[in-house]
Amino acid sequence: MSTTAAVIEKGYRQQFAKRIALLCGLAVAMLLSFFFDMVVGPSTLSTADVFKAIFSPDSIELSSRVIVWEVRMPYSLMALLVGASLSLAGCEMQTIMNNAMASPFTLGVSAAASFGAALAIVIGVSLPGVGGDWMVVVNAFVFAFGATLLLQALSSMRGAGPEGLVLFGIALVFTFNAFTGIMQYMASAEALQQFIFWSLGSLTKANWDNIPLLFALFAIILPFSLASSWQLTALRLGEDSARSFGVAVRRLRFLSLLRISLLTAGSVAFVGTIGFIGLVGPHIAKLLIGEDHRFSLPASVLSGALIMSLASLASKAIVAGAIIPVGIVTSLIGVPVFIALILNKRKR
Amino acid sequence: MATLQITDLHTGYPGKPIIAGLTLPPMVSGEVTVLTGPNAAGKSTLLRAIAGLLRIKGSVAYEQQELSRMSSQKRAEVVSFMPQSVPNDINLSVMEAVISALKASPLDAATGANEQLHKRAIAILERIGIPHLALEPLNQLSGGQRQMASLARSVVREPKVLLLDEPTSALDLRHQLKVMRLAQSFAADGRIVVMVLHDLNLALRWAHRVIVMDKGALVSHGRPTDAVTPEVIAQVYGVQIRVETCTLGLPNLIVDREL
Repeated sequence: MSTTAAVIEKGYRQQFAKRIALLCGLAVAMLLSFFFDMVVGPSTLSTADVFKAIFSPDSIELSSRVIVWEVRMPYSLMALLVGASLSLAGCEMQTIMNNAMASPFTLGVSAAASFGAALAIVIGVSLPGVGGDWMVVVNAFVFAFGATLLLQALSSMRGAGPEGLVLFGIALVFTFNAFTGIMQYMASAEALQQFIFWSLGSLTKANWDNIPLLFALFAIILPFSLASSWQLTALRLGEDSARSFGVAVRRLRFLSLLRISLLTAGSVAFVGTIGFIGLVGPHIAKLLIGEDHRFSLPASVLSGALIMSLASLASKAIVAGAIIPVGIVTSLIGVPVFIALILNKRKR
Repeated sequence: MATLQITDLHTGYPGKPIIAGLTLPPMVSGEVTVLTGPNAAGKSTLLRAIAGLLRIKGSVAYEQQELSRMSSQKRAEVVSFMPQSVPNDINLSVMEAVISALKASPLDAATGANEQLHKRAIAILERIGIPHLALEPLNQLSGGQRQMASLARSVVREPKVLLLDEPTSALDLRHQLKVMRLAQSFAADGRIVVMVLHDLNLALRWAHRVIVMDKGALVSHGRPTDAVTPEVIAQVYGVQIRVETCTLGLPNLIVDREL
């Protein structure tokens, strides 16, 4: 091997090691944030109490144990799961649409879910056999999934490029917002309040019934996503190039959209609209780690979970004793972080 | 000697046919074939059709095998396409991009260990003359450097047919010569090299064969000085030219005026 080759090989390996280290760093930050998120809450539990409740539940009184296990842990875990799912979906979507501004929410998926939720809350319509609280969840899921099926149908039409998809997504946003507007206009004051709370996005709906569901969904999808990482990286070099490298681009796009729709629909169904994570999570990941999807996909998962966890922490810490809907906080803390990163990048 | 044969080709974009019934003389391995002609002559469309990026009717056959009937993966083993432009905002190092070209779909020779792949990627960067850019992010390269990196990606899979769409458009004089020399050496490896070029002097000096197209049809073909004649150029470009022999005995095209 020539000296140049040896130097390149070494540099490449160092780059690789640095990226693994960054992933580990993100994971540690995420775990720390998760822990602090567990410690903070309206009831006055000390850090030691939370530790005890987790690691030796029998050594602490029942009320504290219940708070940690039944309230805080589901809440904090849901934050991680939703952040990870939405950010992974956003990362894939930005690549397959070749558009840095794409996210599950830019393309009408969340607007569709909102309409589904409004149908359940305002006029109590859902699938046969579904009742109670599950009506909102099932409707949101069905409509989010339906919206992505529409996007998929369009993507498999001849001559529909990424731009066409984005325009179609915007059309979906407006259409479903209009339908939701009609629902809101018809709604009683009580139903309207309930709907608005849902649409703000809140982790308080987390419990031990829905967390395993969302976790299973995420755990099934992630390996497929990672298995496509080389193809997604190749697609980033342009559709013509990717096809010339032997990537079946239409199939890749179709399967990726399927993953995106499941991840988004699952998250939105359980916690409502949380808009900023799918956009900012992948951006932060790519700024830190580049666009080799072997790293940017897991980094998006971790950064999305981290941001969501920080948002959850903030939602409890901003107003003492109150929990602000987390969807509001994601925007409030996400935007400045995002702008700081972009400006920092410019300077370098 | 391997051949690429285009017979009665119909292709274009949805609702916009560009090429209708084009038959070309066979392109052969070991030679650089330059496609030239005025803007909108259908040169890039032809190249994309050969690469399998457009729907076609008719025949594009490599060694009697229809490229359009192959799976995308199989076709990628035969043909590689270097697009005219690539996104300029990609946060990937040159080396990562080359490796992703190797890893995007399984390749017989690329199924080996990562170490082999790295060696192969580095070897192509050295051959193209950009090993110093290996670890640089693509979004921080100049247009010309990006074009050289794109060339590295299109040739790293060692295709039998290499299609280059205006590979010299963003390059300075020195790099233009370098790309032409590389194109000849890729051909000398036993590949069929087909490139779209606007610079007729480069074509006259470096091509083995030239195909002049206009409005989706073949106008002339043959050895460079046989295909690029004052009559042909007047017909397709509406420009009066002379082809003179320079002091080194090489053909040189001089543009006199519009007709």
